[in-house]
Amino acid sequence: MGGSRREAALAALTFVALALLPLAAPAYYLQFGAKVLLVGLAAMALNLVVGFGGLVSLCHAAFYGLAGYTLALVSPRYEAASLFWTLPLAVGASAVAALLIGALSLRTRGVYFIMVTLAFGQMLFYLFADTDIAGGSDGFYIYTRPELALGGLTLVDLDKPTGFYLTALATVALATLLLLRLTRSPFGQALAAAHENERRARALGFPVYRIRLAAFTVSGALAGLAGYFASVQFGYVAPQMLGWHFSATILVMVVLGGLGSVTGPLVGAAAFLGLEEVLKAALPDHWALALGTVILLVVLLLPGGVRQLADAALGPLSRERPPGKPLAAAEGATGA
Amino acid sequence: MPEPALLAESLSKRFGGLQAVADVSLALRPSEIHAVIGPNGAGKSTLINLLSGDLRPSAGLIRLGGRDATSLSPEARGRAGLGRSYQKTTIFPRRSAFANARLAAQARSPRALAPFRSADRDDAVNARARAALAEAGLLDREAAIAGTLSHGEQRQLEIAMVLATEPTVILLDEPLAGMGHGEAQRMIALIGRLKAGRAVLLVEHDMDAVFTLADVLTVMADGRVIAQGEPAAVRAHPAVRAAYLGHEADAAA
Repeated sequence: MGGSRREAALAALTFVALALLPLAAPAYYLQFGAKVLLVGLAAMALNLVVGFGGLVSLCHAAFYGLAGYTLALVSPRYEAASLFWTLPLAVGASAVAALLIGALSLRTRGVYFIMVTLAFGQMLFYLFADTDIAGGSDGFYIYTRPELALGGLTLVDLDKPTGFYLTALATVALATLLLLRLTRSPFGQALAAAHENERRARALGFPVYRIRLAAFTVSGALAGLAGYFASVQFGYVAPQMLGWHFSATILVMVVLGGLGSVTGPLVGAAAFLGLEEVLKAALPDHWALALGTVILLVVLLLPGGVRQLADAALGPLSRERPPGKPLAAAEGATGA
Repeated sequence: MPEPALLAESLSKRFGGLQAVADVSLALRPSEIHAVIGPNGAGKSTLINLLSGDLRPSAGLIRLGGRDATSLSPEARGRAGLGRSYQKTTIFPRRSAFANARLAAQARSPRALAPFRSADRDDAVNARARAALAEAGLLDREAAIAGTLSHGEQRQLEIAMVLATEPTVILLDEPLAGMGHGEAQRMIALIGRLKAGRAVLLVEHDMDAVFTLADVLTVMADGRVIAQGEPAAVRAHPAVRAAYLGHEADAAA
């Protein structure tokens, strides 16, 4: 993970550039940009377990949707609820769900893990689709968006596209920072080590099950964070938010962006949703077929994801610098 | 005689109808190399897997550092001071040799799972990783990607990783398998140094190495211990000559 410092620098630059977007772009693009950022956040959250942990989960939509439903269910109809308590509550609900589902699913391996997570995800989907908890299959409106206010003073107006876009951007930037730190930390290295060679990781003394459960919980919480803001943006929650179709879509974004980096899935989400928009306009009847073809080509031609194009242009991001001695040797060489 | 660092009492392991290990007892003491030999299928690898926690015994007791470890997981035994190598080299092939050793050193660190510090900037961990590579004679190869090292170097690396966890007990499963003469000589010298302050269990087919290194020898056949004691005495044991060394004589003939 020697390229992570460069990745962090590049991500910081990109986020600064994105923060300037409201100066130039009309509201429609800001809304689209916020959607990309939030779906990208869900994909980044998923990638913590898929790319770094080697655990292919098909229930992350459930964590995404659960946070949205939590907000919808606690939001009063005519006055705004404060973000300061609805956000922790919604993210907490997703984290608890991830902890429970992870605790059971992580006892299985490989394709069984995929099937078990799929089953748990669908259970939560049907919980909202087939009962009257929140409007059943019709979904449920959030009539009043939560407010970001302190002592009656509105800090950011989430009803305005610019305010919402910048809030989403700040949230995604903070989550990216968290994920960059986490994957570089001893915890993140242990998670990756268990993926690369579980037997060796355990023999060394790493508590692999607990490490994976912690990662799965953090991942579910971050997916919930994305789902919370997505439901704020659209003012509406529906069971489809929790369905396996969305789980699979963000998995495709993870693969499109490249599994090896924190920010790759964000690039994958931008590529996927951008392409979807373009193809919908160009081929209103056959856009899905065209999108599938492009995804297939990317996976076949760019196994490292669309980031490989950027790597080709800017030099590799994931180049590993040899540790210790060679660096000293290089310094010696420049001194001579 | 020092207290055993690892004690196995009447260990048995049954796979369906097969009794792989039957009523095996042995004690590993600090600063001793305890070799286990026996023909193929004698239950040596099963025994090592029982001691490391990769397999659970059907019956019997395992004590590690004076405490009952019979039902502990491999990772709990790892943290309790047990390190092992596998018959098939078990490393992180895509990382550098140093990164492999660093992960091992990290596992023994009080901050083994810290979520917010930088993993590669822990000086104590880095120092322990380098010391382990140096002890295993691999310091000059620290920057090489582990998967590109020679077979012998990969086995050295596996031992360096075990050393970086600061074990009190080391289990080695056929460390010389597949090595050329030069590599084997280096590995034999390394194993000889490992026992300083540590208890070592050595499962090995190379008889020259075993009789060079072993302080205590256990001979197994059909899952049972047929002789145990000082190598010279065990060598002369009639049952051993019949059951094991006899096989070698047959093979040579």
